[in-house]
Amino acid sequence: MFYREAGQFKSSYKEDQAIFPILQDRIGMGIILLIAFVGIPLFTGDYFIGAIMTPFLILALAAIGLNILTGYAGQISLGTGGFMAVGAFAAYKFATFTFTFGGFEGTMPLVITILLSGVMAALVGIMFGIPSLRIKGFYLAVATLAAQFFIEWVFIKVGWFTNYSPSGVITAPPLIIMGYEFDTAAEKYLFTLTFVAILALAAKNLVRSHIGRGWMAIRDMDIAAEIIGFKPLQTKLSAFAVSSFFCGVAGALWAFVHLGTVEPEAFGINRSFAILFMVIIGGMGSILGSFIGAAFIMLLPIFLNNVPPMIGWNIGVDMVAHLEFMVFGVLIIFFLIVEPHGLARLWTIGKEKLRTWPFPY
Amino acid sequence: MSLKKFVLGALGAAVLAAPFTAPAPAFAEDTLYLPKLVYRTGPFAPGGVPTANGAVDYWAMINERDGGVNGAKVIVEECEFGYNTDRGVECYERTKNKNNGALIYQPYSTGVTYALADRTRTDKIPLMTMGYGRADAGIGTAFPWVFPLMTNYWGQATGIVKYIGDQIGGLDNLKDKTIALVYLDIAYGKESIPIMETLSEKFGFTLKQYPVVFPGIEQKATWLQIRRAKPDYIVMWGWGAMNATAIKEAAKIRFPAENFIGNWWSGAEQDTVPAGDAAVGYKSATFSAAGKEFPVIKDIMTHVYGKGNGSGEENVGQVLYNRAVLTQVFIHAGILTAQEKYGVKAITSEQLRWGLENMKMDAAMAEKLGVAGMGPSISPTCEDHIGGGEFQIQQWDGKKWNIVSDKITPMNELVLPAMKESAENYLKEKGLEPASCS
Repeated sequence: MFYREAGQFKSSYKEDQAIFPILQDRIGMGIILLIAFVGIPLFTGDYFIGAIMTPFLILALAAIGLNILTGYAGQISLGTGGFMAVGAFAAYKFATFTFTFGGFEGTMPLVITILLSGVMAALVGIMFGIPSLRIKGFYLAVATLAAQFFIEWVFIKVGWFTNYSPSGVITAPPLIIMGYEFDTAAEKYLFTLTFVAILALAAKNLVRSHIGRGWMAIRDMDIAAEIIGFKPLQTKLSAFAVSSFFCGVAGALWAFVHLGTVEPEAFGINRSFAILFMVIIGGMGSILGSFIGAAFIMLLPIFLNNVPPMIGWNIGVDMVAHLEFMVFGVLIIFFLIVEPHGLARLWTIGKEKLRTWPFPY
Repeated sequence: MSLKKFVLGALGAAVLAAPFTAPAPAFAEDTLYLPKLVYRTGPFAPGGVPTANGAVDYWAMINERDGGVNGAKVIVEECEFGYNTDRGVECYERTKNKNNGALIYQPYSTGVTYALADRTRTDKIPLMTMGYGRADAGIGTAFPWVFPLMTNYWGQATGIVKYIGDQIGGLDNLKDKTIALVYLDIAYGKESIPIMETLSEKFGFTLKQYPVVFPGIEQKATWLQIRRAKPDYIVMWGWGAMNATAIKEAAKIRFPAENFIGNWWSGAEQDTVPAGDAAVGYKSATFSAAGKEFPVIKDIMTHVYGKGNGSGEENVGQVLYNRAVLTQVFIHAGILTAQEKYGVKAITSEQLRWGLENMKMDAAMAEKLGVAGMGPSISPTCEDHIGGGEFQIQQWDGKKWNIVSDKITPMNELVLPAMKESAENYLKEKGLEPASCS
């Protein structure tokens, strides 16, 4: 009834190929963006913006990155944390690098720093992606696990990456763009949101393009893909590069915007697993799924932690933490049983039902 | 997928999507709000539980005995973060604006301390990192909101080496000795390395470093290496489950326990009791004395546990418990100083900063607060957030910790320049101006 597209005719290829071909979707997306860009910063508090939304968006970006690699290109990776670390530390190195140019001394602009850190992560990703040409599936997961441990170890071991900080912790420089400093929670949130929105749009378009179709062809059957003309080398490595770029930018944002400081452990193996779970629970091969998965894995524990005090149930904080773990675990199993293809699939099915409602066939 | 299954799934999703609400500010007359980030769960819970109990019990005692600090009731709220930096930051954001604003934070985690250094600067809330956190944070002009108070890891390392020197008849005898540094391979453990390297150059001993992979349950390989290196002394920078394991492993390679010295986070009942006989003779640094004979601990027993309240009687009098109590006493002194200066009961976090910078924890103050002989005397200033201070070495006799050394002053001539340099680097990287102290 509400989701009826009768009367929406597409009269050109352009309209037919739009990201959101249905009017209702476009309106919905517009409303979501409006809420995200205007509603949330205006009407919610620092806690919600700074401690919940900002980290959620950054992790969703990392999940998009991994989803490109695992969900679209079919290459399982456990190195996400490592690639995020590359982004964070590269951004730190770029930001603290002072160059002199004809008597002018300066540092790199912030946005370029963050994008360059993504490029660095992409290069490292390509390097660790090379084994994917020979090994597949679980074996590849083990190879990327090596990337995770190796990268973490390098940042702990080599003092140059942290500018010889005694504890191996980097402190991010302030976020200044054109002389304007982003220092309140809302400003930092908007900064992150802009990055995430643009990159998510880019990812969505990428997976609909020739490149994305190549990834999916490789995922579904690599020999067939090769026969119809996709070169495995370029296709797989481009997936690693793009995926690592997203993870790298997410890592840089995590270090610069969210924490303001980072130790290599922040990007440990647990982070890699958490992001892999986001992709699995949210939905493989779905940009929307990356956001839903990130919300599930990151926000749900915090939400569960907030519930008992909110309803005035006065038990010890340790009990709350234990309950949180239990309920969280049960919910993961529940959703994997009810919808093994990920939460994004729920939305796809729901949309199908709504479009035919009230006369399903 | 049937419609029923879909509805079931969608329902589940809808329940979870219920909104996260920001905490509503509560208004009350004259209260002091002290949120406490705790970790009663996770790999570091053995250390987290007594530190949390000590803090909570102390303020419960103050509320019960004195009706608050000069009549201002103290509200303590715990927030569990499981030693996880992300969750620690979330806890900070969750609590900072409640009850007219948090006065001070004490996370007991180096990772969270680093992450909060920026946020507390923006929010103007002091961060108490007594005995942990950034080694350079004692420079008050660079870190106006961080209070390590009484020395830091670097000072502690120099003090421990000084003690080893005393044991072998002078620092000159350190030449040709080998000291093994066993540390937990995270930010906290690594803080000790640069100063130990400086010390090894200065006094000519050989320093061997043995990182222990977080969280430190598995150490067999490390101790095989140590056995081969045959060090004269072992210094340990451990925390949590790592400590007991290390003490046991040291006994297995027949290393004499009295030459094995932990830092002040590696010397508590939680570390030695599980190690059993292996721990007898093991030493560690400490800045707070254990035991129940101090008036403040007796008051906690009477006013909190005597009335059937309190969160963990078995912890009372333990090293970590007393240390947490002592930390609260310093905060208490800071609050008193600020109340006196500003003439209000419910002080703000900015006033508390002034209070902490101007308090004098001398014999008279210690007597007044019931902690005479329990901890160091310090008098911080705006520039110096350490304020002097000394610590001691304690030894485990199988039942309790006994102080076995005189008060040790760190080699400040080595520590201060290193701190200044590090703090200047920090200011430069952050593009910050040093805070003014005039």
